Amino acid sequence: MPEIPEELLRRSAEAKAKALGLPVEQILAEMRGEAPATAVPAESVDVPRPAFVPSPPPPSVPEIPPEPQPPDPASAPPPVTTVVESPPAAEEPAPVAEEPAPAAPEVPENGAGNGRLAATVSVRPSVPPAGVPEGVRHQRLLTVVKARAIQQVKADPTDKVNTWPHLMIAEFTALLAMTAFLLVLSTILQAPLLEAANFNATPNPSKAPWYFLGLQEMLSYFDPQIAGVTVPTVIGIVGFMMIPYIDRNPSTRPSDRKLAIMLFTIFLAGSATLTILGVLFRGPGFNFAYPWVDGVFFDDLKDWVDFGGH
Amino acid sequence: MSARNGIHGLLTKARTHATDMVGRMWSGQFMDSMLRPGSPFKKGYTDTPRNRSYVIMNNVLYHLHPVKVKRHGVKLSYTLCLGGLSFFLFILLTVTGIFLMFYYAPTAERAYIDVQALSTDIAFGSLMRNMHRWGAHLMVLTVFLHMSRVFYHGAYKPPREFNWVVGVILLLLTLLLSFTGYLLPWDQLALWAVTVGTNMAGFVPVIGAQVKFALLGGVEVTAGTLLRWYVLHVLFLPFIIVIFLAVHFWRVRKDGGISGPL
Repeated sequence: MPEIPEELLRRSAEAKAKALGLPVEQILAEMRGEAPATAVPAESVDVPRPAFVPSPPPPSVPEIPPEPQPPDPASAPPPVTTVVESPPAAEEPAPVAEEPAPAAPEVPENGAGNGRLAATVSVRPSVPPAGVPEGVRHQRLLTVVKARAIQQVKADPTDKVNTWPHLMIAEFTALLAMTAFLLVLSTILQAPLLEAANFNATPNPSKAPWYFLGLQEMLSYFDPQIAGVTVPTVIGIVGFMMIPYIDRNPSTRPSDRKLAIMLFTIFLAGSATLTILGVLFRGPGFNFAYPWVDGVFFDDLKDWVDFGGH
Repeated sequence: MSARNGIHGLLTKARTHATDMVGRMWSGQFMDSMLRPGSPFKKGYTDTPRNRSYVIMNNVLYHLHPVKVKRHGVKLSYTLCLGGLSFFLFILLTVTGIFLMFYYAPTAERAYIDVQALSTDIAFGSLMRNMHRWGAHLMVLTVFLHMSRVFYHGAYKPPREFNWVVGVILLLLTLLLSFTGYLLPWDQLALWAVTVGTNMAGFVPVIGAQVKFALLGGVEVTAGTLLRWYVLHVLFLPFIIVIFLAVHFWRVRKDGGISGPL
């Protein structure tokens, strides 16, 4: 008998022990030939077909079934009892009939494949138990290992399409649409140009560009140290950069991140409100003014519409 | 009759000649060398998976896009194309900006007159200036909306945290580019908007006065400020933003492409 590596033997024994519900050491000793074979409980040895049994098989089971049925404990027990008790099988120190059972759990997890593999393996070496010449041993199934590389080279398949033309067409269309929009806008609306810069004539009100008007609006409520510095630098820059490091929630589903979405929406709504207030509702002296009464004091919009007023 | 034939014959001959020349140009060595294998403009382009890969891979576009993208990323409703449009507006602003630079001198004497002349004297000057100004406002808007879109999709989450940081820097640079350009027409609107804006910077604790001085190149807006902001606007800030744009696009691909659907 060729020497079987210790770890393979142990692994096989563990699997077999698990399947039979017996202690590992006992099975191991059995496999080494140090202990007599245990009588296997009938219900666990359900895999092998009794094709090799010398006594005539039950009429319902064909000889060497071409398509072995999946293991079925309900139908299997009667022939199996014959296997264990019949003399040819009992002769073997490690009965072949028992071997497939431990191997079975290692096979991929579907019942059909399980039964098929185990049956195939067990049936073939067991067919000629009487006619095996002296010194020739048939092979035993120790374990079944999935054929799989240690390192997975291929990435998991994802649903992908060619960038050309699928993405590029969409991008090119968006780009053309934007160009057209900007051309039309620039043809109808004249960019503002007031009188030449004059250091001695301060316009009233003096307004920042629209994207800073939210800040300028806040300056009229809070101390400049807060509105002009703390809010833009701490919240506006540092705070925004730190968002991914503060928000540790890994989910991207909206229902899982209600707080984050709520806070950001408050920020959006707040900055929009402040900007609109600053653009439309602030008149001379940066005091409140109604655009429909006093007109709009925002020179960037000067030529968009004739607001009247000033 | 014969004259008619003569003209007709001449036209036919000229047309054959022209077709021939165009044909030779398209199949000739020059076109062959200019267009890399797989280019859809190349003669004999066939729509095969291999050529579709080549269009991207053998092209400068390979810096931006992989050969294949996730199917959901192609949907316009997911990104609204906001990032791409921001970049495209940046390119438009560069092109129109270069045009404006031909006709503009950043001095207190000439700046205002030059901008006025752009609107009245120079062919397409008014269109270019309008496109530059509205495009700038639009870019601030698209960058901001792009940030909001990314936030609502949770696309800043690992492994994309750092690209969000780069994105915030890009938003900041966009605002700075827009703000520095605001002063250049040198009219009342520009002068006083910048005065208000830089006054805010003066409230920085401890180093407020220094920050304001560095921004203005003095204690108030002067001709020196104009030159300073011009250089920042046309040279320094575009240079910096291009570097950050490169990092931003590169990280989009390195972090696994566009984020997944919700």
